[in-house]
Amino acid sequence: MNKAAERLYNGLIKENPTFVLMLGMCPTLAVTTLAMNGIGMGLTTTVILALSNVMISALRKVIPDGVRMPAYIVIVASFVTIVQFLLQAYVPGLYESLGIYIPLIVVNCIILGRAEAYASKNPVIPSFFDGLGMGLGFTVGLTAIGIVRELIGSGKIFGFQVMPSAYEPVTIFILAPGAFLVLTLLVALQNRVKRSLEKKGIETKIGSGCSGECASCQESCKGGKTE
Amino acid sequence: MKELFMIGVGAALINNVVLSQFLGICAFLGVSRKTGTAAGMGAAVIFVITLSSLITGILYRCVLVPLHVEYLQTIVFILIIAALVQFVEMALKKYSHALYEALGVYLPLITTNCAVLGVALINVQKNYNILEGVVYGLATAIGFFIAIVLMAGIREKIEDNDIPESFKGTPIVLLTACLMAIAFFGFSGLK
Repeated sequence: MNKAAERLYNGLIKENPTFVLMLGMCPTLAVTTLAMNGIGMGLTTTVILALSNVMISALRKVIPDGVRMPAYIVIVASFVTIVQFLLQAYVPGLYESLGIYIPLIVVNCIILGRAEAYASKNPVIPSFFDGLGMGLGFTVGLTAIGIVRELIGSGKIFGFQVMPSAYEPVTIFILAPGAFLVLTLLVALQNRVKRSLEKKGIETKIGSGCSGECASCQESCKGGKTE
Repeated sequence: MKELFMIGVGAALINNVVLSQFLGICAFLGVSRKTGTAAGMGAAVIFVITLSSLITGILYRCVLVPLHVEYLQTIVFILIIAALVQFVEMALKKYSHALYEALGVYLPLITTNCAVLGVALINVQKNYNILEGVVYGLATAIGFFIAIVLMAGIREKIEDNDIPESFKGTPIVLLTACLMAIAFFGFSGLK
């Protein structure tokens, strides 16, 4: 059970996909106009990530190395389609507000990244907790950004008015530029913390299968594909 | 004709794919260090998105709809895009070496670029016919090209500037994107 706790800690804190690895930036920027959307997107991704990690890990000895990327894509796309229909049936409000970003979970780098870096090399149970941890880390990241944007942009949190009525909402925060601005400040803050830790001599290097920039991540995936 | 033009202007400028729909952010941030490479990436995206909106459009209308299996669209589209990118790469390598030199390295990066799958899905969602879909795809990709080349130009300039220590690297790029997004708001007056 220790292994499970370690995986959860790894996903939530040590290699948090939003704050540390900076993966899956498209949904991070696009759906965080409301805190509720952040949670919805995060949990949807968590479910898909955990399920696809389990499936990929279970099939890891069956899938030939040469076609593993297309195989992973098919597995992930199937789960995404199933989850999309479940959302449409049971949470139509969320389905409407997430829109096109639900099917686009297929190309979220976190999912293929975890499949490649963890699930394809490890047994089923740890892979499940790895997916769960990473997904929850992503959920925390999206919700945090969502809360900041909703609070400044409309004076509410989860739809409840929290700012005094005299507060004039800064609407730009719930529009496109606000997403970039909040993320800018977040990354700058993170750099600041990293620097002060480094001054104290604490190691901050992250041992991940991804350098943080998706393009380079894709490059490594491509290396695997054409081999 | 006017309809098509409106779709084009809307997709390229008013609802810019990167700056207001947040598709293809990864490539936008990752491959915008130099104007040359940014233009190469942009051109490759134009090529692939236009071709993929044509093929996914035909496939959706002529295969998925008649068979009543529209629910398979996500799976089919992503596989088609992945296969298409491989084919284009092979074809360019064999027949047009000059073009391969220019676009080849960027092609494999495009499979997981969410703008490509995004355009295919939006075409279905908005119920565009095949021609409208291709125009929408082309215009979206041109929007991507404009955004990434502008970004690379700005990044080359800010390279020499005195940036606060914590803002070096990704943050200053994101801040630039924020300002560009505000500037692109101006285009909504075209509506």
